[in-house]
Amino acid sequence: MQRIGVFVCHCGSNIAATVDVEKVVELARMEPGVVHAEDYQYMCSEAGQARIQAAIEKKGLTGIVVCSCSPRMHETTFRKAAERAGLNPYMVEIANIREHCSWIHKDIEEATKKAVILARAAIAKVNLNTPLKPGESRVTKRALVIGGGIAGIQTALDIADAGYEVDIVEKTPSIGGRMSQLDKTFPTLDCSACILTPKMVEAGAHEKIHIYTYSEVEKVSGFVGDFTVDIRKKARSVDMDKCTGCGVCQEKCPSKKTPSEFNRGLNNRSAIYTPFAQAIPNVPVIDREACIKFKTGKCGLCAKVCQAGAIDYEQQDEIITEKYGAIVVATGFDVIQLDSYDEYAYSQSKDVITSLELERIMNAAGPTKGHLERLSDGRAPKEIVFVQCVGSRCSDDRGKSYCSKICCMYTAKHAMLIRDKYPDTHVTVFYIDVRTPGKNFDEFYRRAAEEYGVDYIKGQVGKVLPQPDGSLLVQGADLLDNRQLRIKADMVVLAAAIEPDPSVRRIATMLTASIDTNNFLTEAHPKLRPVESPTAGVFLSGVCQGPKDIPETVAQAGAAAVKAIGLLAKDKLTTNPCTAHSDELLCNGCSTCANVCPYGAITYEDRQVNDHGIREVRRLAVVNNALCQGCGACTVACPSGAMDLQGFSNRQIIAEVDAICR
Amino acid sequence: MQEAMKECNPSVSSQILRERAGQLLTDGTVARVLAWKKGDLPHNPEPAFFDSAEALRDLTYDAFCGANLSKYMIEASKLEGKTLVFLKPCDTYSFNQLLKENRVDREKAYIIGIGCTGKLSGEKIRSLGIKAIETMEGAEEGMLCPGREDTETEDGRGAILTFQTLYGQKTCAYGDAMLERCHVCKGKEHKIYDELLGQSHDTKDAERFAEVERIEAMSPAERFAYFQSELSKCIRCNACRNVCPACSCRKCVFDSNKFDSAQKANADSFEEKMFHIIRAFHVAGRCTDCGECSRVCPQGIPLHLFNRKFIKDIDTLYGEYQAGDDAESKGPLTSFTFDDAEPGIVAERR
Repeated sequence: MQRIGVFVCHCGSNIAATVDVEKVVELARMEPGVVHAEDYQYMCSEAGQARIQAAIEKKGLTGIVVCSCSPRMHETTFRKAAERAGLNPYMVEIANIREHCSWIHKDIEEATKKAVILARAAIAKVNLNTPLKPGESRVTKRALVIGGGIAGIQTALDIADAGYEVDIVEKTPSIGGRMSQLDKTFPTLDCSACILTPKMVEAGAHEKIHIYTYSEVEKVSGFVGDFTVDIRKKARSVDMDKCTGCGVCQEKCPSKKTPSEFNRGLNNRSAIYTPFAQAIPNVPVIDREACIKFKTGKCGLCAKVCQAGAIDYEQQDEIITEKYGAIVVATGFDVIQLDSYDEYAYSQSKDVITSLELERIMNAAGPTKGHLERLSDGRAPKEIVFVQCVGSRCSDDRGKSYCSKICCMYTAKHAMLIRDKYPDTHVTVFYIDVRTPGKNFDEFYRRAAEEYGVDYIKGQVGKVLPQPDGSLLVQGADLLDNRQLRIKADMVVLAAAIEPDPSVRRIATMLTASIDTNNFLTEAHPKLRPVESPTAGVFLSGVCQGPKDIPETVAQAGAAAVKAIGLLAKDKLTTNPCTAHSDELLCNGCSTCANVCPYGAITYEDRQVNDHGIREVRRLAVVNNALCQGCGACTVACPSGAMDLQGFSNRQIIAEVDAICR
Repeated sequence: MQEAMKECNPSVSSQILRERAGQLLTDGTVARVLAWKKGDLPHNPEPAFFDSAEALRDLTYDAFCGANLSKYMIEASKLEGKTLVFLKPCDTYSFNQLLKENRVDREKAYIIGIGCTGKLSGEKIRSLGIKAIETMEGAEEGMLCPGREDTETEDGRGAILTFQTLYGQKTCAYGDAMLERCHVCKGKEHKIYDELLGQSHDTKDAERFAEVERIEAMSPAERFAYFQSELSKCIRCNACRNVCPACSCRKCVFDSNKFDSAQKANADSFEEKMFHIIRAFHVAGRCTDCGECSRVCPQGIPLHLFNRKFIKDIDTLYGEYQAGDDAESKGPLTSFTFDDAEPGIVAERR
């Protein structure tokens, strides 16, 4: 029989204001096994922990229940306190009467009743607890960064500078990401490529960084400190070692009708291509869907003109398997599809464009060589209307409920640049709110409105109507003046919402990292652990975690790197002793557990058993405790109930359920 | 007529089975035979092992041999030498599933896939008012299944079976006396075998999920009342569990003291449901829908409906899946793909 102590925390008024803690103590005392119960204002404080330790020593407690906040908050604190008093730390159970009770209820009587039930369940469980001993696992001193945009590059550079090997996996043919598509950056208006390219070059040349472009993460197994990742290196059809990057193949390629991804489809590229001039690596890929050689077997012009003999039509996808201690997700974003926004005539008129398309038009390397012109007829637009919040802060399911955060600033940037370069062009911006917090941000916006004469109109655009003369009739509301506006515009620029890159869902699933309803990766704690995923060893960098601009992205990338470095610096990690084990007399040998185990921790062996006098050789499941992460998938899949999880045994869980239902 | 009969049933009589089994026993290919022998009543032959040519005279095969022999191969796999087992097309699914779960040893089995033209249900015949049967005609395997041109009646219910009972001569149509599972026949193909004997006939004449859909359409209260009325008949004889090829655990959770399930019995006035619901969950994704549970239930509870509901759900959520179709592929509930239904989608379904 256990000797159990129950410690009920007030958490100041966090718990005590909604839960009658004295009543919880009084009722807990009557539970089987409980020999001590008390309440205290702050159990997590030094004094609170001292009370727990004193009770363990004085009353010879064999198990304790702390009724307090979430175990994610203070389970470790109380386990350590128990350990100092000589108790096995796994004899500690937490009843979460804060997040699961006081914070979500208002009625004191009801909340108290629930707190008592939660305490009762924890006591029932601790009655069946057994001391557990953690093991150790090694840390592979290598990090994987998924995504080669500015977030991934910065994270990789910081980790590599600390002396650890880093691999970047980038799905497109070059690193650089969205930032490489931008023309100028706010609030300083420096050229995006000018500040990004040196970082790309540094990453490309860094002896500790290995870049896999045109590659994707195929499979992830393992756990913190010891991930095994399969990377699919897609066939580039060009030998990276031989290619000199001369570019002749691209010039000669006769297939030049594929919309350029880099230029957002505003112009075309050849079938063999490097996405942009500063690409790292400066090695083209053959788009096999567009290549005449791959489609018809004829052509082969690139191979003929390549002096280096680098073209290899026979190249196959390659799977690279590598071990990593830490994984940083930096998968970035894309702008949303505007198919469901018919009112803005995006798909009807070439002169209705997204802001990212405008970036390409304004860029010297873009489809118009940097001249601001209408894509329909090449004329210089004299009247431009910007529409903000297209799909952001949206209340229906066409768009996103969140604020994309960067649009107010880049729209001010675009407006200012246009007014500066083409002073005869009139610019109107329709906005819901202008949100420009950030260092030198509001000053920047005010400069656009006040010094550059950009017309800011509070209100939304209801309709954009392409006119027979090629102009665009913009109908909008001016909410401050309370009037309807009709503007005959030459160009309309839509600040389309941004969303996490679609690839993130697959990656999150592989990493068992959680994502929210908008597909942004979830932090371990929104305030206190913002760059860590709840999955140990997985860190978050850049927009994959939430909308952010370049300075914020770089800051977060650095923070994610530091967290990864902190992990890689360790030689060993303490493993969770709550692992699965199989009862050999109940095991059927059916392999169901091995099929569902995400960590490959279960193997089968033929072993002799003595089943109540019957000696026979049976096929039995064997769990490798170093690999098992205690997820419990096997315990629920096992048809015979042979698999059980230490610290969360079927018996313990049924005892909890029984206690709750009592 | 003789010609047509031959086509449907060229060879598969008890005698043919005895002869072939005898050859295989004598030449040492197999050490024993797993088949059926006559029961104490004419309509309940039972599974039996035969280990000598002489013993084979009791071997029988007729339209009442519904019993699926696959599960007996678990024990047979532990014995020395091969066992000859006769499997009907639908039984081979169960054998495959057991093979997939490493419960039977393929090397220890010599499988003869035998012809099946739909099996009869003693319970159904009883429910037609035909009781105390002494002898009958037309129950020889393959003689009178529905859909045969030569013996077909106008209503399409198959030929007429004639029974001599204590209460006189009675008749019924073959189709009306068939097991439920034969009305939703999986087809005539044997999924695994070493050799084939006789021809099969697809007797499917009903929609497999019609009854499940009818129950799904009920309100939750109606549904609960329906299952309460059915499951309250349960006497916990364990026949369903003992016959079920998916229920092959060395030690059933209901027999183990490890799970404290025994004392739960008194906690609920409708305790019978727990056994069946838990059993349905345990075999979900593994049940081949062989229908043995309903066949053997002495209380006539349509137990297969639980399993069939799971099968229907698996089909809709993960794409059509037939457990036991092969012995290698991973089942939808024990494998993961990126196209799997999201938990939210599952929860939204009613």
